[in-house]
Amino acid sequence: MKKIEAIIQPFKLDEVKQALIGIGIDGMTISEVRGHGRQKGHKEVYRGQEYTVDLLPKVRLELVIGDDLIEKAVDTLAAAARTGKIGDGKIFVYNVADAIRIRNGDRGEAAI
Amino acid sequence: MKAYQCLKPLSALVQALLLPGLVLAQTAAPAAPSLDARLAAVEAAAKSAQSAGDNAWMLTSAALVLLMTGPGLALFYGGLVRRKNVLSTMMHSYILMAVVSVLWAVYGYSMVFAEGNVFVGDLRYLFLNGVGAAPNPDYAPTIPQQTFMIYQLMFAVITPALISGAYAERIKFKSMLLFTVLWSTLVYFPMAHMVWGKGGLLNAFTGGSIPCFDFAGGTVVHITSGVSALICALYLGKRVGYPSEAMKPHSVVLSCVGACLLWVGWFGFNAGSALAASGLATSAFVATHFATATATLGWMLAEWMRTGKPSVLGAISGAVAGLVAITPASGFVQPMPAMLIGFMAGVFCYFMATAVKHMFGYDDTLDAFGVHGCGGTLGAILTGVFATNLVNDGLKDAKGNLQPMGLVDGHGVQVLYQCGGVLISWVLAIVGTLVILKVCDLVFGVRASYEEEREGLDLSMHGEEGYFLES
Repeated sequence: MKKIEAIIQPFKLDEVKQALIGIGIDGMTISEVRGHGRQKGHKEVYRGQEYTVDLLPKVRLELVIGDDLIEKAVDTLAAAARTGKIGDGKIFVYNVADAIRIRNGDRGEAAI
Repeated sequence: MKAYQCLKPLSALVQALLLPGLVLAQTAAPAAPSLDARLAAVEAAAKSAQSAGDNAWMLTSAALVLLMTGPGLALFYGGLVRRKNVLSTMMHSYILMAVVSVLWAVYGYSMVFAEGNVFVGDLRYLFLNGVGAAPNPDYAPTIPQQTFMIYQLMFAVITPALISGAYAERIKFKSMLLFTVLWSTLVYFPMAHMVWGKGGLLNAFTGGSIPCFDFAGGTVVHITSGVSALICALYLGKRVGYPSEAMKPHSVVLSCVGACLLWVGWFGFNAGSALAASGLATSAFVATHFATATATLGWMLAEWMRTGKPSVLGAISGAVAGLVAITPASGFVQPMPAMLIGFMAGVFCYFMATAVKHMFGYDDTLDAFGVHGCGGTLGAILTGVFATNLVNDGLKDAKGNLQPMGLVDGHGVQVLYQCGGVLISWVLAIVGTLVILKVCDLVFGVRASYEEEREGLDLSMHGEEGYFLES
């Protein structure tokens, strides 16, 4: 059981979501975040006052899936989120110790 | 009801003409109305029709000018501050719609428009005593004096609201209220009397000794508010974190909507200042619109050339600069000079609100001085250049001949008179504002505490938040 945490471009969210649903992944959590890696920010000017905006809007996507599906999920996600330009984001994969479904107490892979 | 009363003699006339048989059948035929009586009836009907037209336009204009303060200015300024100060900034405009209205009814109208000395009116209209449906022929002979009074009130409301651009994000609310009450009383009311009141020092149309042309308030509204704004910005000092921290406008969207409403409302401000639904009102309307258009382009082009991008905030700021600059000139100039005035104002105010402000380092939060003080000064002086009796026939000699108005009419000395008016409004605004700020500081303390400012005035002064996304 692994957790995938991906930081992607906000405008890629729909494509990524559709691609993941397409390979049978139907649970995910997303949040709007701000950050940057190597991508430089941009400059904004308001009445002559310059502001550098270096924390850019991104979407963070989290999903927990079984070990058998992990490679396929990572490949699918990366392919869907890729534009080929700096700022496309990152994917991190973690081991998950356990999962519990709150409604009925299911444990492990049965809970995801 | 008035119109109906005026028609009574007419209907009697009609009855007399249409029913001769009935009349003859009765014992005594009433005498036919004399020519004089019929003429008087026609005159009364014409007068009533003109009054109805003028009054409709002036009530509309009054509402349009109120629209400039709320929501126009409230949105324009509200969008330019940080999220934590949006409500307090909107309140700075909104609450004046209430506060200044009360002052106006109690003594403000009288201080401005009653005959008094050259500086201030007497108190004959205290509590609006004697201000009713009858016109005041000194100002607007075709509309009820109450219409004139409520129209002029809207100017008194927006003027102190303009100053709020300078102290936004850091003033204590109760000090802001006290400041406004004192400022209206000691700066605005006297200045408005001097320029517009009968017998005022600067009133060109009632024999003022420095005859100054100010159609809709370049000196009275924009110079006084803009210069006072600069004094406020200097007195209060910079906002915590200025200029090292990012203080971006939290919503240029709100500001853009506000600026559009200002543009619309300004037709009431300038064209309404004709005080009648006349050709002069049309002329002022047209001049206002074209000046705003070129000012928008002027600011946008200047910014585009200097920073490489034409910003929305730049375009809407340019529009406001143009509206300000054409205000004193609107009822005196033709459309082409209006476009020139607008364009110059757009470029000039761009440099004042950006390069010059940063050079001196004062924190005029929303550029009330850069736009209103500078645009108003430029407009007031250019009015002396471009004013012409082809547009405004208000100035006649004893024989009824039109008098030359500005430099384009060959009356160059008018430019000096305009500078005189500008100087007086600058001095009054500087001295008045400094004294008033000192008083407010002694009574309540003007500036919000460090913690209050950090938290944002919405929470610290009003206990509210503008955007509560979790609810």
